[in-house]
Amino acid sequence: MKPIYLDHNATTPVDPEVVEAMIPYLTGKFGNASSAHNYGRDAKVALENSREQIAGIINCDPSELYFTSGGTESDNMAVLGTAAKFKDKRNHIIVGAAEHHAILEPAEFLEHKHGFKIDLLPVNSEGLSSPEDLKTLLTDNTCLVSVMHANNETGMIQDIPALSALTKDTKTLFHTDAVQAIGKIPVDVKKLGVDLLSLTAHKIYGPKGIGAFFIRSGIKLDPLFYGGSHEKKRRPGTENVAGIVGLAKTLEIAQQKMDEDYKKLYDLSEYFISRVTADIPDVYLNGTLKNRVPQTVNLSFKGIEGESILLGLDLKGVAVSSGSACTSGATEPSHVLQAMGIDKVVSQGAIRFSMGRSTTKDDLDYVISVLPEVVNRLREMSPIYNQ
Amino acid sequence: MCSIKTMAQKVLVAMSGGVDSSVAAFLLKEQGYEVVGAHMKLWDYVEVGADIYNDGRCCTIDSITDCRMVCDAIDAPFYVLNMSRHFRDTVIEDFITEYDRGRTPNPCIQCNSNVKWTEFLKKAEELGCDYIATGHYSFIEQGENSRYYIRKGVDGTRDQSYVLWGVSQQALSKTLMPLGGMLKSEVREVARKYKLRTAEKAESREICFVVDNDYRRFLVEMAEKNEKSYESGDIIHTDGTVLGQHKGTAFYTIGQRKGLGISHPTPLYVQKLDVDNNKVIVGDNDTLFRSELEADSLNWIAIDQPNEPFEADVKIRYLHEPSRAIVTPIYDDNSNVGRNPRGSDSNMPGSNSNVGRNPRGSDSDVQGRRPRLPEESPSKVHIKFIDSQRAITPGQSVVFYNGDILLGGGLIIE
Repeated sequence: MKPIYLDHNATTPVDPEVVEAMIPYLTGKFGNASSAHNYGRDAKVALENSREQIAGIINCDPSELYFTSGGTESDNMAVLGTAAKFKDKRNHIIVGAAEHHAILEPAEFLEHKHGFKIDLLPVNSEGLSSPEDLKTLLTDNTCLVSVMHANNETGMIQDIPALSALTKDTKTLFHTDAVQAIGKIPVDVKKLGVDLLSLTAHKIYGPKGIGAFFIRSGIKLDPLFYGGSHEKKRRPGTENVAGIVGLAKTLEIAQQKMDEDYKKLYDLSEYFISRVTADIPDVYLNGTLKNRVPQTVNLSFKGIEGESILLGLDLKGVAVSSGSACTSGATEPSHVLQAMGIDKVVSQGAIRFSMGRSTTKDDLDYVISVLPEVVNRLREMSPIYNQ
Repeated sequence: MCSIKTMAQKVLVAMSGGVDSSVAAFLLKEQGYEVVGAHMKLWDYVEVGADIYNDGRCCTIDSITDCRMVCDAIDAPFYVLNMSRHFRDTVIEDFITEYDRGRTPNPCIQCNSNVKWTEFLKKAEELGCDYIATGHYSFIEQGENSRYYIRKGVDGTRDQSYVLWGVSQQALSKTLMPLGGMLKSEVREVARKYKLRTAEKAESREICFVVDNDYRRFLVEMAEKNEKSYESGDIIHTDGTVLGQHKGTAFYTIGQRKGLGISHPTPLYVQKLDVDNNKVIVGDNDTLFRSELEADSLNWIAIDQPNEPFEADVKIRYLHEPSRAIVTPIYDDNSNVGRNPRGSDSNMPGSNSNVGRNPRGSDSDVQGRRPRLPEESPSKVHIKFIDSQRAITPGQSVVFYNGDILLGGGLIIE
């Protein structure tokens, strides 16, 4: 049984080219980028070259880009850094209802511990938010709006320019979590009109533990960490030079292969959706074919639990995910699908198939061949489905 | 013991993160079963409150990590199954309702009947497993009457059969308990020998979701969440004098002496919780002794439902030496019709109203829910002890044994 990995939105294997680019900075050029000697200089040059390269890809100035440990840290910098800076002036934050927990939980923390007012920007049944809704929530007291670029569970792409336009020329900052968009679709901070943006390497064949945070020039946020002058004191801590070089290489490759990957994955996802919905009754696509990063296919199998499907597929060598996994590995009901107003009997049977560069039609054909057996068996046992 | 099985039968092992279930999984693997490990996530700290850093119990991340590493060591897949919604709707709900009704519940029994031997068993079936297995120190055997029954294991000090009386025949027929023939010390020895990382882990005890062992704190916090509060009232002596104030009848248990907050020349013990009149009745130790009780929510394990009185060794709480008694079935025309021993008209499937009525049992769901005819099943039993017993407590389980063999059990009503 050949294992089939359809959980690329969780993480991806590192591209060998990326590994190769990183190795010198783990071995010979291991220096601390802050050191004054030759070793330090080598590391520092690599660091700044990488910054420049990434800045070019997302269309910002290198001075606007800060390296972090990944998406969660960048998202926390956006929420907590903004809150710390503006708490005495403006203590209202608007976050998307379908955001990642790296946004929702710091926001909840601010609400419970620091008296912030948090509003959730609703999403419609397709997972998209409307500028009209945002407009009604915005006040003079709003310090931050955070809306995800592409959703991790459904792959749905928000119309960020339309939303960010509402905070232009106001004192409200606009952040987008682009972790699931970067490298898959063009991400240009100017076109998006955002003040802050989070990105990470490991969703697009880069290493784990490295990401970046874009802060538009002129904006000052309080840092999360203290203890050094790295990253202009905004993110102290010895730079992960090898990771940063890896991130730059990752984005470079993603940029080169973007059109090719997109087309291939779009065709595969369309094929997969049409086959599964034809072969199995009562299957629904969460989200739409359009406005979606094509890697992500979120399907609901009515009347059974996603957790059970996941386990059934795992025993057949197919790795997928259901809901969002918490630390324990237990699956929790999806807040994303709940926010989309999807009926519980349907949403609890949701499975996310996330494809990647190595996914083939044969892989999908295998999944298409075993899925009906798994689903039918569970449905036979399901009192809900048989009602 | 069910040790001789054909190869590659598949078993889902319920793993708590302790040494017992770790060794159970290990032994089954050695015996040639295809082992899948699973941990039931039943609650989280956000829900149950108290010390978030208290670990070493089940349902904590560290315990889950232990299960995971043990499964990896024995080359078994491992899953965390989220049963928290079901656990909350059955076990936690029942726990609160029972205290509110002036009874003292044992949530482990609810969990076994309504979660472990129903939902977990269902998961096993979904995963294509033939059996589930647990780390209980008991044997499961089949008698001449073809009923499956539980026999106390070799290690009497680890006997947990008291909390297993609600398990249905169908569920027992699909359960393996590989530790029945072992002593705890032997189990630890196996774990050490094979370097299972849980070898030296301390025992878990008390009620898992009441992490600080303070059930009163738990009840208060849960009440606050539901915008409820407990009403104070009189503490009265059996002779009628008012001695002080209580903080809510739910915070007291029959036989309790400490924490009454009243001074009196002789020691006083809680005798009765009068929820209707919001009174806690206290009195002398002598008056706590009774030789009779009635129980309902019955389930029969080793024997078919009895029609005649019989003698048994009867246990009225977890730490109670079984005492000889006559168990007499009571046939009550109305009692089976739409009654719910715990009073909470929960509409959740598989909820507490099924306990002790062979939940999901061989009699099937459908039959379990319809009122039975009186001649089919006694709705209650009357128990008369040879020697009187101290602090017979409504809500606790009464469990019948014949020596080491678990015959059945029920919930004490009065």
